[in-house]
Amino acid sequence: MDILRFLTAGSVDDGKSTLIGRLLYDSKSIMVDQLEAIERSTKNKEEGRVDLALLTDGLRAEREQGITIDVAYKYFSTPKRKFIIADTPGHIQYTRNMVTGASNSDLAIILIDARHGVVEQTRRHSIIVSLLNLPHVVVAINKMDLVDFSQDKYNDIVIDYSQVAASLGLKNVTYIPISALNGDNIVEKSTAMPWYEGGSLLNVLETVEVHEDINLTEGRFPVQYVIRPQTEELPDYRGYAGKIISGIYRKGDKVVVQPAGIESTISAVEVGGQEVEEAFAPQSAVLHLADDIDVSRGDVIVKQDAPVQVAQEFEVVLCWMSNTPLVPRNKYMLQINSRNVRCVVKELEYKLNVNTLEKELSPVSAGLNDVVKATIKTASPIAFDTYKNLRANGGAILIDETSLVTVGACMITTEPQEKPFWPEI
Amino acid sequence: MGSYKLDYLDQLESEAIHIFREVAGQFERPALLFSGGKDSIVLVHLALKAFRPGKFPFPLVHIDTGHNFQEALDFRDALAEKIGEKLIVRNVEDTIKTRGLTEQKGKLPSRNGLQTYTLLDTIEEFEFDACIGGARRDEEKARAKERIFSVRDEFGSWDPKRQRPELWNIYNGKINKGENVRVFPISNWTELDIWNYIRREKIELPSIYFAHEREVLEFDGRLVATNEFITLHDDDVVSRKVVRYRTVGDMTCTAAVESNASTLDDIINEIIATNTSERGQTRIDDRVSEAAMEDRKKNGYF
Ligand SMILES: Nc1nc2c(ncn2[C@@H]2O[C@H](COP(=O)(O)OP(=O)(O)O)[C@@H](O)[C@H]2O)c(=O)[nH]1
Ligand SMILES: [Mg+2]
Repeated sequence: MDILRFLTAGSVDDGKSTLIGRLLYDSKSIMVDQLEAIERSTKNKEEGRVDLALLTDGLRAEREQGITIDVAYKYFSTPKRKFIIADTPGHIQYTRNMVTGASNSDLAIILIDARHGVVEQTRRHSIIVSLLNLPHVVVAINKMDLVDFSQDKYNDIVIDYSQVAASLGLKNVTYIPISALNGDNIVEKSTAMPWYEGGSLLNVLETVEVHEDINLTEGRFPVQYVIRPQTEELPDYRGYAGKIISGIYRKGDKVVVQPAGIESTISAVEVGGQEVEEAFAPQSAVLHLADDIDVSRGDVIVKQDAPVQVAQEFEVVLCWMSNTPLVPRNKYMLQINSRNVRCVVKELEYKLNVNTLEKELSPVSAGLNDVVKATIKTASPIAFDTYKNLRANGGAILIDETSLVTVGACMITTEPQEKPFWPEI
Repeated sequence: MGSYKLDYLDQLESEAIHIFREVAGQFERPALLFSGGKDSIVLVHLALKAFRPGKFPFPLVHIDTGHNFQEALDFRDALAEKIGEKLIVRNVEDTIKTRGLTEQKGKLPSRNGLQTYTLLDTIEEFEFDACIGGARRDEEKARAKERIFSVRDEFGSWDPKRQRPELWNIYNGKINKGENVRVFPISNWTELDIWNYIRREKIELPSIYFAHEREVLEFDGRLVATNEFITLHDDDVVSRKVVRYRTVGDMTCTAAVESNASTLDDIINEIIATNTSERGQTRIDDRVSEAAMEDRKKNGYF
């Protein structure tokens, strides 16, 4: 049994909350008392059916306004998998929540209302899925009951969306016609759509292969904390505690501590306090080095056979998440895994219009939910990877120096430079 | 070697350890809020995995309402002793006296609200900048929206609209003076995950989690252990029953469930078969209103 993390995205009223409610309900993850609470607050009692959306619309303000205003996490499991759902709102002004939900997800379910087909919001959400490089996409064409379960309608939408997917380079896209309200193709295959040959949504969620998404070849170990008991029994113990975000670490492996670039060898690997032969992503571990060198929080222990990029200046695609605009030349803190450095956002190259995919060149600033291409210069070098190659070491956040709030999400785009074969003359 | 695949419990464990170490790396004076319940016992187990052979970079802190089960208190002291970590206990009783707080009246007087005062005083006393707690997002709808690093103002308030976006596994623990952070390493665990982990890791629990005989009062469809804080009336139905606890909180606001489950296997089977949520079945204070938890959190409740 493993874990699949996914998010749902769609415009307001496409049926996200209903879909999640349905998944929880049909997998028996909703308890009687929770149902009773929903029943108590379901306004249209005469409809005679509980409003599953109320399960996820948790906060009072949302219940009053009937909209989802923040990311809510929901859990259910089947004998095959544990599922973690990020329920993200469809409202335009809350794009930052979708970015947040997507950053931790393996898969996105993009909901489309069968009556409306691909709309602006579908495009916008798909761009975010593509920017955050989610490895899997499920396009759930919902409310099929309202279009007489029409295969033609479904096919038209598939054709439309395929163009969006192709233009954005989305990988592994699966299409499923569903009715979240009635449960068609959610857990069981629907008898109303015999023309559909694929599996039910749950079936797809249970079988999509996520293990291959973990990079086991390029070793990256950001040091979070140094364990030094300094007791009589263990006067010299010095273990570097962290999480292996990619790759495999074994005793004897050659490593480089970045950004300083100091070489050493792994002398021991521990997991959960026990010495082990090897440890791999995404395990939390303790590494010991053969040499007595200065390693501290924020350093990355990198496998020598898979060099990381080390630089002070690099390019990012940045999603701005604050009401206070991003102004070029402003200083921020940049946090990438356990490293926190001061930085300045240099020029903004372009601003991406998420609706048209058009680029506005050299914008003077960026506002809430804007996506911009920018150059960042840090006060000291950082060790990073290109986001699209190694998500775990290519994403960073920007923190406002005064409010200390997280204001931006950066996906690093700078690619490693090929080392010249011989020195240039 | 193996297939390099991690089981879901290993994934959850690794995530929690990572969060613990982020707290250790980012804060000056963290604390682990220890209640004696199963979730905080699991936290201690995870902290051992995160920091041994070193010491915890934080003390265990217990806010004792004075309404706790003796079994839980004994267990707390024994555990702190066994692992050799520092335990700080602060009593709601003292806060009531020094601050002249008014206790709830009624049949089952709860000190849940008053607990917040003691917690905030303790945070101030020790200048804690981060408090690690065992809340899970599956417990309740308001929890489902809370971040893993949840920033609170000096009143301990949680403002759902002002939450920081939390991206990838990057936790922003930067705070201004007067603010502090609540950290929830087991946010993504469900009740069943906790029990499965306890079984797998062979984690010891206080005896009240397992079936035992006890005198209980039937109140509003729930079983409440009789104790000195409850005023009994002639028409109250009191009997001896075989029960166990699904959560362990205050004696006045935690209900027992009738059960013969005396082993972890039994308990897990019961949880799989049950159709009532943990809070719904055992927390008497949540039912007051749908928005009860949301309100309490805004007021600085853990
Ligand atoms: N007929 C029909 N209605 C649906 C379906 N799914 C959702 N709805 C309705 O669409 C409305 C909006 O659903 P909701 O889940 O709140 O959408 P959200 O805004 O995306 O979370 C509600 O009235 C639902 O009952 C469906 O498959 N068929
Ligand atoms: Mg909704």
